[in-house]
Amino acid sequence: MIDSQATESLAEASQRSASHASLSKRMLTNPTGLVAIVLLALVVLSAVFAPLLTSHDPNTASLHDVLDPISGAHPLGADSSGRDELARLLFGSRFSLAGAALALAISAVIGVTGGLIAGYYGKWFDSLSQWLTGLLMALPGIVVLLAASSVLGPSMWMSMAIFGVIMSPAFFRLVYASVTAVRSELYVDAARVSGLGDSRIIARHILTVVRAPAIIQGAMVMGIAIAIQAGLEFLGLGDMTIPTWGSMLNDGFVSMYRAPLLLLWPSAMIGITCVCLTLFANAMRDELERSSTKPSRRRRRAASRAAAFEHEPVERHDDDERSREITGEELLRVTDLAVGYDKPDGSVSTVVSDVSLTVQRGEVHGLVGESGSGKTQTAWSILRLLPDGGRVTNGSIVFEGEDLAGVSEKAMQRIRGKKIAYIPQEPMSNLDASFTIGSQLVEPMRVSLGLSKKEATERALALLARVGIPEPKRTFAAYPHEVSGGMAQRVLIAGAVSCDPDLLIADEPTTALDVTVQAEVLDLLRGLQAEMNMGMILVTHNFGVVADICDRVSVMRNGRIVETGPVRAIFRQPRHEYTKALLGAILDEGPARGPLASGVTSQTTDAAAASPAAGNVSEGALK
Amino acid sequence: MTESSLTETLLDVQNVTVEYPVKGFRAQPFRALKGVSLDIRPGETVGLVGESGSGKTTLGRAVLGLAPVTGGSILYKGRDIAHDSRRARRRLSSEIQVVFQDPYTSLNPSLTIEDILAEPLTVRRMSRRDANRRVRDLLDQVGMPSSSGDRLPREFSGGQRQRIAIARALALDPRLIVCDEPVSALDLSTQAHVLELFRDIQENTGVAYLFVSHDLAVVRHLSHRVAVMYHGEIVEWGDGEQVTAHPEHPYTQRLFLAAPVADPDAQEQRRADRERLLAAQQEQRVQSGAVA
Repeated sequence: MIDSQATESLAEASQRSASHASLSKRMLTNPTGLVAIVLLALVVLSAVFAPLLTSHDPNTASLHDVLDPISGAHPLGADSSGRDELARLLFGSRFSLAGAALALAISAVIGVTGGLIAGYYGKWFDSLSQWLTGLLMALPGIVVLLAASSVLGPSMWMSMAIFGVIMSPAFFRLVYASVTAVRSELYVDAARVSGLGDSRIIARHILTVVRAPAIIQGAMVMGIAIAIQAGLEFLGLGDMTIPTWGSMLNDGFVSMYRAPLLLLWPSAMIGITCVCLTLFANAMRDELERSSTKPSRRRRRAASRAAAFEHEPVERHDDDERSREITGEELLRVTDLAVGYDKPDGSVSTVVSDVSLTVQRGEVHGLVGESGSGKTQTAWSILRLLPDGGRVTNGSIVFEGEDLAGVSEKAMQRIRGKKIAYIPQEPMSNLDASFTIGSQLVEPMRVSLGLSKKEATERALALLARVGIPEPKRTFAAYPHEVSGGMAQRVLIAGAVSCDPDLLIADEPTTALDVTVQAEVLDLLRGLQAEMNMGMILVTHNFGVVADICDRVSVMRNGRIVETGPVRAIFRQPRHEYTKALLGAILDEGPARGPLASGVTSQTTDAAAASPAAGNVSEGALK
Repeated sequence: MTESSLTETLLDVQNVTVEYPVKGFRAQPFRALKGVSLDIRPGETVGLVGESGSGKTTLGRAVLGLAPVTGGSILYKGRDIAHDSRRARRRLSSEIQVVFQDPYTSLNPSLTIEDILAEPLTVRRMSRRDANRRVRDLLDQVGMPSSSGDRLPREFSGGQRQRIAIARALALDPRLIVCDEPVSALDLSTQAHVLELFRDIQENTGVAYLFVSHDLAVVRHLSHRVAVMYHGEIVEWGDGEQVTAHPEHPYTQRLFLAAPVADPDAQEQRRADRERLLAAQQEQRVQSGAVA
């Protein structure tokens, strides 16, 4: 199993190598990202090489050239003081960009370090910085900047520095959220146990998570800083001795009617830069999301099993004395069922095929297999609750004379819950946290059984008592988070049997529970099943649960049933290699390891003797 | 192993209490461990079994220095490590290591397997070349192809990831590995292979395990001695065969009979035994209640 899995993953890896490509590389192949990067690079380069691109000095006024139109001497004209517009634009880029970069640097340094420290170490620094960011975010930024410039005088650098402080919560919040999420990851604990110091853990495991979102945030902050800076200087609050895009706007506005083009150049520059920064951030976010959207676990499992199905006959055991005792009428007959998922390229990946089984009234049929064997997919297809893209591609599911594979969704809604009930694996996630347990039990009964509210409430309380909940009234009024997992599963069982179903489908109903609770829930299921004479399909990976409750078992592997028969026959005379291997891997029957021996040699022989079961499992047989 | 090494104790947990602060004004802290004691000898596996919330994982984390120990002491080779500074703790990393339950979150998804395995080595100033050689040895030791090094964790199945996590734990050649439910997330057949790997490694290296699990059968298979935890306390502690087959504490008895056995007739018998036991224990409670 391990070997074939390794080759499988190697093959997958080569397909994935494309998505491995570094983020920077992918940004360059993203069209939006590429355009934004090229334009931003042009803006920056033109600022850096301004002296090479124009021979004019941006601050030299010339009375001859006041408001000159576009000409050979002034490619973009001259402003109201006769200064060359192109030179002012290019040199202005230097100051505008540097100012915005100052704001960005200050906010990033404060926000990122603050977020790292508060998120990683917590304690008093956490509370203090939370309080401070709250304060900063409540402050009206523009008002602070106006007040500061009236007190400190018009300085572009000063106002940008203050703006950087005001913007620091943007970084703080982002980094704080990422760090607190990562800090509780097990790999951070493992790194600590490996002897890594905090600084190394932060650098290796935490900064890598924060890096990309921080760059996106940085691009956004830079854009805002440029806009705010231009706004302040347009209002005349800037330092008029240095050329900036904002001061050019101010100047152009004054002579708007005489030389309207003077307003165009700085506006275009500000517009292009801000748009490019935003596009850059968007493109980067898109690329990040593309690499992080893994297919959901369910789908991934389904996809990994798309391998070709080898056709082999199902090992069928004849009925034994016990199984002949079940004489209820046939409730469900699944014939040659196949389930497939549509893939983006139009093909279908088949996850279940050639599955045939029957369930009689009063019978518990176990579907047992390892993860990815198709047992849950089979159960979902009977309920017609396959995830998006999944459908029954072949075969029939005849329930009480009706083929469920063909009935309308509306007819299915009538059958689901009323005639076929479902018990899920995760009790907590299947109760709505915002409604009381009582209301979640009463509503379905009113809809499907047409009971009055009073009748439904009475029935719900009786059911809660029946499923062994000590204080039904209290649980009825409780919200899901107020009860334990075992209690929640009892509530779901009460809900499942509330409409008197003929068939109960339980998908790993006890997997999430502790063993002692599992035993109680199994007792409950067995009792209810006998009392209401239901048919039941039990999906599980646990052979102990199978032995406890099932009358018949189907062992599944790779989407197929490999062996089926009465429960005793499967345990006593397994015929298929896979069933034998699975049963061999069970540890129940093995002897205990015994106390630590005095010498290594005797310990080794102990070990060899103690593991006959696991020794049987041949790797080939398991795949 | 000499006679003296058998009597010596590697880890001695004495009366350890762990309390987590609870949010809220003057709220009582939550006591996850209420005075727990056990010891581990070199080369020994001590199984720690219990249900969710019993404190078994907390005890493992306390030994690793990841849980706040508020009382008692944890002696490692005779020295109390319960209140070590982070710096002192880092020096212990070559002695005490960990394998966590969830192989999906215990490996950093953005690092390659080689980076993950070399991390503890390069921290100890091993050259990159020596570290890479050691990484190949480690991969070999846990039965992974040496070409796995430049791949990312997501390319491997749960069982393979757990092998990688075991390789990381072995990197510094520790004397004790805390295994926190290391096979609970794995399929039955994968679980059997990983358990065999744990045994092989122990026989080859003489490392000791503190093996935390909710599964009595797994613990029984691997442990020399077993401790049963319930509500933050150890309720039964002793030889593995004794505790798992002939439990004395009422809770251990309930736990033992609640685990379904994979044989329909034996399970029918066990179910009947369990019903009898529960009835008997109920009666006992009623009687003791009447006396009190």
